[in-house]
Amino acid sequence: MKFQFTEENLNRIEAAKRKYPNPLAAVMDTIYIAQEQNGYITDEVMEEIANVLSIDKVNVLSVVTFYTMYHTKPVGKYHIQVCTNVSCMLRGAYDIWEGVREKFDLDNMHVTQDGKFSLEEVECMGACGYAPMIAVNEDFFENLNKEKVFEILDSLK
Amino acid sequence: MEKIVLPEIQNYNQIDVYLANGGFESARKAFTQTTDDIIDQVKKSGLRGRGGAAFSCGLKWSFMPKTTDKPKYLCINGDESEPGSFKDRQIFEDNPFQLIEGAIITCYAIGARVAYLYIRGEYHKWIKLMQSAIDEAYSRGFLGAKMKETFSTDFSCELYIHKGAGAYICGEESSLMNSIMGLRGYPRVKPPFPAQNGLWGCPTTINNVETITNIPAIIKNGWEWFSKIGAPKHPGTILFGISGHVNKPGLYELPSGTLLTDIIFNYADGIPGNKKIKCVIPGGTSMPPLRGDQLEGVRMDAESLKAAGSSIGTGGIMVMDEDTNLLKVLLRIAHFYHHESCGQCTPCREGTGWMEKTLHRIDEGKGSSADLDLLISVANNIEGNTICALGEAAAWPVKFMIERFRDEFEKHVGKDISIPVPNKVHSMRGTAVPLEDIQK
Ligand SMILES: Cc1cc2nc3c(=O)[nH]c(=O)nc-3n(C[C@H](O)[C@H](O)[C@H](O)COP(=O)(O)O)c2cc1C
Ligand code: SF4
Ligand code: FES
Repeated sequence: MKFQFTEENLNRIEAAKRKYPNPLAAVMDTIYIAQEQNGYITDEVMEEIANVLSIDKVNVLSVVTFYTMYHTKPVGKYHIQVCTNVSCMLRGAYDIWEGVREKFDLDNMHVTQDGKFSLEEVECMGACGYAPMIAVNEDFFENLNKEKVFEILDSLK
Repeated sequence: MEKIVLPEIQNYNQIDVYLANGGFESARKAFTQTTDDIIDQVKKSGLRGRGGAAFSCGLKWSFMPKTTDKPKYLCINGDESEPGSFKDRQIFEDNPFQLIEGAIITCYAIGARVAYLYIRGEYHKWIKLMQSAIDEAYSRGFLGAKMKETFSTDFSCELYIHKGAGAYICGEESSLMNSIMGLRGYPRVKPPFPAQNGLWGCPTTINNVETITNIPAIIKNGWEWFSKIGAPKHPGTILFGISGHVNKPGLYELPSGTLLTDIIFNYADGIPGNKKIKCVIPGGTSMPPLRGDQLEGVRMDAESLKAAGSSIGTGGIMVMDEDTNLLKVLLRIAHFYHHESCGQCTPCREGTGWMEKTLHRIDEGKGSSADLDLLISVANNIEGNTICALGEAAAWPVKFMIERFRDEFEKHVGKDISIPVPNKVHSMRGTAVPLEDIQK
């Protein structure tokens, strides 16, 4: 099925375009809007982004593939991101990472069969003073240990 | 101690509280002065960039051409992806209006009509907070066309947020500009510098969030006041983030030149279990690590840290106690830079991968002493041979970690050296063993 932006999202894209002297610069915002609507970025989605911005699809592709926060495959309803960079690692992040992997029997960037959870080992999230941390979708959880992480995960319905 | 960047005023992040405490009066004052005057004050204040390189802020502004037919731009760098750094987010959260006011004054000084605030994509919460502060500033007439009336001036500027999408390299200024333009975040070859050829080929200034947040205070209280705070050659306060093995990790705004040991033992309340310190990275993972016995007397400002063999970076202090496995730490750091290399330059792309692989091999117990020399040589070959400073950022930790903790790394490559005390290389306050003794 062909991907189409909702009316509301088209308005948001128009607003994004007004921030910049040319529409190409609105591509990052537009990819985010598309990802919000579609869950991930497919070929058709890229085509439509190129379409609404009147740019080449290759420009969209090159941006989508450069940044780690754009997904070209589906992620879970809850995308769990565990930071294992130094400050978190010093305070037990690998314990958490291994624990979470075991719990879901998942590897990095994989999704559970029911589509509920996906895992990502992430680089420093800017929460080092409150380490270790995880993020679930857009929300940060800080000052954790394994027990607290499991509590959080168990509360996700 | 007075706080400049994060004043301890309740609800300062609400515009009415900000206004009640003299908010936007610095901008008002700035509009009565010439732009040259403002640049001059910032220069004389001694304010240096808080984004890593500690470059003179006023001097950078003075590079912007006075006469040009092109539009000029300001980029405010809130990419904050350096491991160990978590300071800009506190400004977004607790003091957004001072950042906005700083942006206004900076735009006026350099002649920019548009400013982009680049915030890393993972900071969803802080992007929302910042966006609502910006919306508020617009609706109260502190940004956009209405400014002219509010400040009785003929200047106006726009401030937009540009949301990143997960790429450490986009904190590098030229990569950041490409990212704003809707391109891959590839750093550009310099020269030309941004002041000549920045966003869309136009004159552009890039400053860190914390740098810009200092501006209203300098205009309000005068450059002399600012220049007397902290270390004379690197004045002002700095947001120090301290993390790792300390009892009270967190963010502390302190005068530049504060003793590193003071931050660790007094503010962050020392090391859990009263353990000794093996290693401290003083300014984010890109900066050379220091041994525990190198910390005494080291002050947290650009000059002192340089003299101590490291660098102030972003002021992100990472503390590691005596039981830390530095090989694991270094491997993690090497993995990070390999992952974040944009791949444009061969020495960086291949070198970071090579270093990670070699460290991995050592971690698996298959390394040799020659590997340690190899690592240092690879690091040396990256340094100075790349387009952007990520090359150095990747090389320094490897080179200095191995050089400064050679004995510990030798242990991992199986060389049979007896170390009677479990951790000789560590320790504070006179108990330290000099490295030469250990290597004997
Ligand atoms: C790989 C790399 C990453 C960087 N990341 C950041 C960053 O996240 N935030 C920042 O302000 N500066 C960062 N910088 C430094 C910027 O290039 C630039 O020097 C700085 O934003 C200038 O602001 P300042 O003069 O106010 O410090 C980075 C530099 C490099 C080489
Ligand atoms: S040094 Fe590394 S990150 Fe910088 S431009 Fe070269 S390859 Fe890219
Ligand atoms: S190291 Fe995990 S948030 Fe910085």
